[in-house]
Amino acid sequence: MRKQLYNVGAILRGLGITFKFMFAKRPTIEYPTVKKQHAPRFHGLHELRRYEDGKERCIGCELCSSACPANAITVIGAENSPENRTSPAERYAARYEIDELRCIFCGMCEEACPTDAIVLTPRFEMSDYRRGALIYSKDRLLVPADAGVGVAPDERPNGIPADLGRVADVKSTVDITAGYEATHRGIILKTQRKGLTELKQGDKEW
Amino acid sequence: MSAIASIPDWVVILIKSAILLLVVVTTFAYAMLAERKVLGWMQLRPGPNRVGPWGLMQPAADAAKLILKEDLTPKTADPLIYRLAPFISLLTAFSVYAIIPFGASSAGTWAIGNVNAGILFLLAITSLGVYGISLGGWASGSKYPLLGSVRSTAQMISYELGMSLSLIGVLILAGTTQLDGIVNAQATWWFIGPQFVGFIIYVITAVAETNRVPFDLVEAETELVAGFHTEYSGLRFGLFFIAEYVNMLTVSCIASLLFLGGWNAPFGLAGVPIPGIVWFIIKVAAFMFFYMWLRATLPRFRYDRLMAFGWKVLLPVATLNLVITAIVVAFRG
Repeated sequence: MRKQLYNVGAILRGLGITFKFMFAKRPTIEYPTVKKQHAPRFHGLHELRRYEDGKERCIGCELCSSACPANAITVIGAENSPENRTSPAERYAARYEIDELRCIFCGMCEEACPTDAIVLTPRFEMSDYRRGALIYSKDRLLVPADAGVGVAPDERPNGIPADLGRVADVKSTVDITAGYEATHRGIILKTQRKGLTELKQGDKEW
Repeated sequence: MSAIASIPDWVVILIKSAILLLVVVTTFAYAMLAERKVLGWMQLRPGPNRVGPWGLMQPAADAAKLILKEDLTPKTADPLIYRLAPFISLLTAFSVYAIIPFGASSAGTWAIGNVNAGILFLLAITSLGVYGISLGGWASGSKYPLLGSVRSTAQMISYELGMSLSLIGVLILAGTTQLDGIVNAQATWWFIGPQFVGFIIYVITAVAETNRVPFDLVEAETELVAGFHTEYSGLRFGLFFIAEYVNMLTVSCIASLLFLGGWNAPFGLAGVPIPGIVWFIIKVAAFMFFYMWLRATLPRFRYDRLMAFGWKVLLPVATLNLVITAIVVAFRG
């Protein structure tokens, strides 16, 4: 009998607890409308920075590509010509592509970069229905010429929510309908899927 | 006045039924939303809040979803009974409202029909509701629904007894089976006082009768996938869903009528100019909240304990309560 009474008491206590929790503060962040503040060095979408004079920081050295544990980065360097200098150094990245589906956002590319050109921003909303659209090439990675130079992780203010809307904006302005065909890496992936025997001669020149 | 009086009875009943059906279905929709909200709050979540302000359009979105979904029938199912079962559930759930009175004025009781054998009719119809579940589970032609429906039948039989016995105590005190008569008998003293044990038994058995947590062995997700409605999808699943909530509403109404004084105002508030139906709605709402509260609090029973509890605890206690009530009433007149 005493045990039964204890059990009834337990049920009543349980009801009390759930009732109390009904008015407790909820930890929910209602995501699409409210966005959480990120840690200043949150690893999100990559960005290629510029110098103050508008030149690209990337010198096409491929160190990021070598450092990448997921093998997600493709860099194809080219020589700067005196008339048309893209970067202040001898070489620049003619193509710079990151497969964001392969990327594990570890930040090794950022560590490896000798000129602080590639950095990880806190942007994270980059979902898409097309695989091809997630291979980011230079047109989407490079800071637009009119948008400053990009911010190094060390210089970011504490816990910025970043300009989260920009990923979508960038996406809508760039022609990514071509999907795999638009990027060097995409072409490689596609041919690998088809089988190496079908590799076209024209693709090998890169 | 004479124009109203000249309308034939059956037209009046039809109009009343249509209004009541609308009210009950709307109540179901928002009871479901309220349940999800309350469960959310108790689990430190905000609950549905995306469709409309505070999620108020959620029932409409759910209904649209259920209607648009594919209506599957398993190959092994008995097609006729499989398709019929949700309607049996729904029909029995709704038909109870033919006699439930919602209030009273000088013109009479607010109910579609005022049956002499009120409580008996209620018990008869609510027990029929199990047919929808057990036939649906059996006709699905797959094992989990069958187990669910077998459980449901056993559970109904076990808890129906305790429920009926707990109601007989009220009948003895009121001296009538007519529902408005029982409510009027509680004008000074609600039956929850003298029949407190009966009330507790009724609440427990009512939860079991409607297959709700912690007695939802019929649709125990962890053991039976979804129990009797595993194979149902789309609108037919929706009908079972409606039936479950309407049954919840029914037992809440019965509890309010038989134990909590129906549309009588609480003590000391009789002078307050609030219509009786408002008190009735408040009582029913409180009961519905209690259901949700239980669901947020208690884990599911083990099946053998459920049976043991029904037969070895509730039934003897209900019988004892009935005998004591009968003796007290007999000796005090």
